[in-house]
Amino acid sequence: MHARAETAASWPEEIFSILQRFEVRQVPYVPDAGHSELIERVLGSSSMRGIALTTEEEGVALLAGAWAGGQRGVLLMQSSGVGNCINMLSLVQIFRLPFLTLVTMRGEWGEFNPWQVPMGSNTQGILELSGIKVLRASRPDEVREVVEAGAAQAYNACTPTAVLLSQRLIGAKVFTK
Amino acid sequence: MSKANLLDRRAVVSELLRDRKGAFAIGGLGASTYDIAAAGDHDRNFYLWGGMGGAVMIGLGLALAQPTLPVIVITGDGEMLMGMGSLATVGLQQPKNLSIIVLDNEAYGETGGQTSHTGGTADLVGVAKACGIGDSRAISTMAEVEAFASSLQDVTAGPRFASAKIDGANLERVLSSRDGTYIVNRIRGSIGHTPI
Repeated sequence: MHARAETAASWPEEIFSILQRFEVRQVPYVPDAGHSELIERVLGSSSMRGIALTTEEEGVALLAGAWAGGQRGVLLMQSSGVGNCINMLSLVQIFRLPFLTLVTMRGEWGEFNPWQVPMGSNTQGILELSGIKVLRASRPDEVREVVEAGAAQAYNACTPTAVLLSQRLIGAKVFTK
Repeated sequence: MSKANLLDRRAVVSELLRDRKGAFAIGGLGASTYDIAAAGDHDRNFYLWGGMGGAVMIGLGLALAQPTLPVIVITGDGEMLMGMGSLATVGLQQPKNLSIIVLDNEAYGETGGQTSHTGGTADLVGVAKACGIGDSRAISTMAEVEAFASSLQDVTAGPRFASAKIDGANLERVLSSRDGTYIVNRIRGSIGHTPI
């Protein structure tokens, strides 16, 4: 029964269950193909509010307000969005936020679009320089434990954490005419 | 520098917060934070000293988390211009308890008074309206400030947006706490949350 459930659930579904278990309420996002299944799950959920952003830094500020108001949140974005957040990530340190972000990676595994490579190559470094711990999941069978560890340390220990979801996990985007 | 018929920023903010009841007040970095401090320290004051462009989004996160309490964002034109996209995000979410007021001196007062876009061609009330914030208004009298102050207590009719053209005079800084964890934990404490 347990084993069957494990093989049946997709990794985005597993992430959704973890967010439910940690009582996440606000889920700001800038759409990304790698996050599309999770975003749909969030938008259909009664306990979470999916909040579409115009740019990722809005999500960092939103989560500061949510925390002040007693709610947990998670920011969903793609690697290029990390660059859009840099100054706003000051809030994470200043307020000692229980910050969690799940970042789908581009520009690192079979990428077609060279414009994704500069930010994709610097995503981890930028996050670490901003005082955020970085964890990574590269295979479907490790997503659950990595996201669970990230959520636990972010929410229980106020240790700001980013989980990078490798392009290898998501698959390189296929460009066709 | 000061022109006739412009509102005094301290008088505007003092009126907005005079009968605030349980309202949360977020001040954009710079003079708006000093104005809120000048109106009197409060455990629901969310003073910002950085994160330029983030004030409205902090207000949105707080408003969604505490939908029965009024949330007012008081910020400047420069800070609002940097986070203009957040008006589109607020328009989409339609938080009924969120009010935003821009104290518009058409300049970057903290950095030497350089002219901002609102002193030229940008119309923030028009932007807010176009982003789906139906109740968006320009304020030019204290009577209108009073009306806005009482409307923000209605947590069923927001979001609302106002822009008040204010006198550009640089006033004495009234410094609030700059300690972010103190500020945020004090707000959390005021609604019954204990530290981790």
